[in-house]
Amino acid sequence: MSEGLCTLTTIENNPVEQFLRTDRLPHIWCSGCGIGTTVNCFAQALIDSKAEINKTVVVSGIGCTGRVAGHVLLDSFHTTHGRAIPFATGMKLANPSLNVVVYSGDGDLFAIGGNHIMHAARRNIDLKVICVNNFTYAMTGGQTAPTTPLGANTSTASYGNYDEPFNIPHLMDAVGAVYVARWTTFHVKQLERSMTELLKKKGFGFIEILSPCPVLFQRRNKLGDSVETMKFYKQHCKIKNGAPTSEVGILPGEDITIGTFVNRERPDYIAQMRRHLSGQLGEKFVNEGVPACCA
Amino acid sequence: MQADPKGVLTGTHFMDGDHACCEGALAAGARFAAGYPITPSTEVVERFATRIPTVGGTFIQMEDELAASIAIAGAAWAGVKAFTVTSGPGFSLMMEHIGYAAMTETPAVFVNVQRGGPSTGLPTLPAQSDMMQARWGSHGDYEVIAVCPSSPQECFDLTIKAFNLAEEYRTPVMVMMDEVVGHMTERVVIPPAEEIEITPRRHTHKPPEEFRLFDTGPDLVPEMVYAGEGYKFHVTGVTHDERGYPVITPQAQDRLVRRICEKIRIAADKITMIEEADTEDADVVVVSYGITSRVAQRAIDLAKERGAKVGKLRLLTAWPFPDKEIARLAAKVKALVVPEINLGQMVREVERAAGGRCKVIPVSHAGGSVHRPETILEVILGAAR
Amino acid sequence: MPKGEVAIVVERCKGCGICVEFCPTHVLELASAFNSKGYHPPHIVNPDKCSGCGLCGMYCPDFAIFGWRTDTPATKEGAHAG
Repeated sequence: MSEGLCTLTTIENNPVEQFLRTDRLPHIWCSGCGIGTTVNCFAQALIDSKAEINKTVVVSGIGCTGRVAGHVLLDSFHTTHGRAIPFATGMKLANPSLNVVVYSGDGDLFAIGGNHIMHAARRNIDLKVICVNNFTYAMTGGQTAPTTPLGANTSTASYGNYDEPFNIPHLMDAVGAVYVARWTTFHVKQLERSMTELLKKKGFGFIEILSPCPVLFQRRNKLGDSVETMKFYKQHCKIKNGAPTSEVGILPGEDITIGTFVNRERPDYIAQMRRHLSGQLGEKFVNEGVPACCA
Repeated sequence: MQADPKGVLTGTHFMDGDHACCEGALAAGARFAAGYPITPSTEVVERFATRIPTVGGTFIQMEDELAASIAIAGAAWAGVKAFTVTSGPGFSLMMEHIGYAAMTETPAVFVNVQRGGPSTGLPTLPAQSDMMQARWGSHGDYEVIAVCPSSPQECFDLTIKAFNLAEEYRTPVMVMMDEVVGHMTERVVIPPAEEIEITPRRHTHKPPEEFRLFDTGPDLVPEMVYAGEGYKFHVTGVTHDERGYPVITPQAQDRLVRRICEKIRIAADKITMIEEADTEDADVVVVSYGITSRVAQRAIDLAKERGAKVGKLRLLTAWPFPDKEIARLAAKVKALVVPEINLGQMVREVERAAGGRCKVIPVSHAGGSVHRPETILEVILGAAR
Repeated sequence: MPKGEVAIVVERCKGCGICVEFCPTHVLELASAFNSKGYHPPHIVNPDKCSGCGLCGMYCPDFAIFGWRTDTPATKEGAHAG
C-alpha cells in the first residue's frame, strides 16, 4: 500500500503555530485528550480577539491542564497547585496593562483552588479563567475530583463516587463572575467564539470546557475513546444560552446543558479601587499605575 | 541606585518596629504587598495599605496566607518589588511558596513577626522559635537569607537590606522580627532618599532572541525580565533547564538545585552581617539575635562588672549562618552562650560550627516574654569559671 | 476541483482519529504506516473531496493537521504583536 506520509515538520500557514512552543511538540497530553483542542481554540481566539500578544500572559496551576502554560509561546507561568489565581491577581494588580489568562483544570481550580477562585470572582479581578473539566485528577492517575459525577469510578472511589459534585457554572454565577460559559471540545466553533468574547471582556470571566480523558476517566467508566466521547457530546449536549445556572448541573444519564449562561457588567477590581481611592484622596491619590522597578 | 523619594518618609520618628518595617519596605521601593491579618504583624500591612495609595502602588488583603505568599511572586514577575508579612501560623502556610520563590528565583521579602508557638500558641507574645523553619520550612534543598532586627531602627534598616539582598541574589529573603521588636516604640531616623542605597532589579539588557531566563555568569545569579516586555518566557516550579522548560531528569536536578544553593553559599561572606565586641581575649562570648541580643547586652555588662571577660557576637543575618565567625571564636574561648526565645534552635548551628572546640551552652526559653538578664548572667558566670 | 488542502505533521500525531471521524467529506483515513512513536497518522485518501472547512485543524489536539481553503489565501492575519 503506498501511502505517502506527509514529511512536514511544521505547518507554516497555520496561524496557530505562532502561539506554540513548537520545540516542545509533540506535547505530553495523551492521544485523544481534549486539552490540546482547547489550546487550539485559544490560539485562534487570540487572533480573533486582536489580543496584544506581548501583553498576554498565561498562568497555570498543576495538573494536565496546568501544562498548558509550558506549551504556549507567551509569557507563561506554571505555578503551584491551586494557586494560579492568586498569582495572576498579584501580576494583574502590579501591571494592569497585562491581559492575564488563567488556564487550569477542574481539580486545581475548584478543590485546592476553590477558595481563591471564589474571592477573585467576588472582587471581579480582571482575569480570564479557562477551566478544562475532565471530571478527574488526571495527572496523578485518575482520582475523584469535585466535578466527578455520582457513581463514577475513580482510583480513590473504586466502588463508585458518592461525593456530590459541583455545578460549576452555578457556583461561578453565585460568586459574581461577569462571564460564565460551558462548552465542550466537540463544540470548537462556539468555544472559540466564546474564548474570543472572554478575552475582550473586562472583569472576572470564566469558561468551563468538558473534555475527554481517554486513558483514565473514559476508560475507567467504559465511556469509549476520544472519538466516542466527542460523539456523545455532539448527541447529548443541548445549547441553551442564557439558561439559569441553577439548572445546568451535570446529572448521570441526562443531557448536558451548554452555552453562554452569564454575560453581565460590573466594574472590575482595579477600576473600583481607583475610583474609590481617588474619590477619598483627591489629588493625593497616585494613580499612574505601578512603575517597573529596574534601573 | 538611590531610593525613590516618594516612598521615603525622611525625618526622626517615634514609631514601633512594625511601622518601621513598613517604612523600610516603602523606602526600598516596594510597591506591592499582599497580606492577611495576623497578630503581631498586622500593623505592617495596615500602615502599607494606608500609605501606598499616596505613594503609588497596590495593597491587597488576600483571602489567606497561601494566596498572599504567591500573589507577591506574581507581582515580582510583573516588574514590581513585593513583600508579605505574617507570624507563625501564617508562616507555616507560606512555606510552599517560599520554596516556589526559591526554585523560580523570584525576589520577594517575607516578614515574620514571631510569636509563641507551636500552633496558635501565644498570639500576642514574643518568641524566636521559627528560626529553623525559616531555613528548612519548605520541602527540598534550597538556601534562604534571613535578617534579624533588634530594634525599630533596625526594622527599618534591615528591611531595606532584605529587599536589596532579594534583588541581588534573586531569592526569597526573610525578615525575622519578633513581637517585642515589632511592638516596641523607639526613635527611628529615616534619612533623605539620596542617602539610601537601593539594589535595582537585575534586568537583562539582552534582546529576546539572545536571552535565556536561567543562564548565569560566575555569580550563579540569572538576570530577570518581566511579563509584558515581549520576551515570551516560561517560569515553572518543576525542575527546569536554562530555558525555563521542565526537564525531569537527575542531571537537570543536579544542575539547577546545586546552583540555586551554591549562589547563596558562595556569597555567604558578602551576605553575612554580624556585630562583634570584646571578643579578642574573652573567655565567654554570648551569641544572640533579635530582641534577645538587647537583654543579652545587659547581662554582658553585668558580667563585666563582676570581672568576667565576656564578648558578644550579634547575628544581624541568621541565614546563611556565619560558620567561619563561630569557628574562629570557638577556637579561642571557653564557651559560647546562646540565649534565644526557643528551646534550642540557632544554638544547634553554633554547636555545628564550633565543631567541639569549645562548650556551647544554650539559654532556652519556651516563649511569651524576653529572658531576665539575670538568667543569662548566671549562665555566663558559670561558663566563665 | 477540491476547494481545500490539508497539511499533516506526522511526528506530532497521536492517532486519536478525531480528524478522520469528523471530516464532513471523509477526506482522511488512518494510515497503516506509523510515525516514530508508533502512532498511525491520517493520510489523504480523497483529496478531491476536501472543502477546506478546516474542521480537522480545529479539532486536532496535537496541532498535527491543518486544512485551508485554496480559493482564498490563507495568511497569518489578525494577531497584534503589540
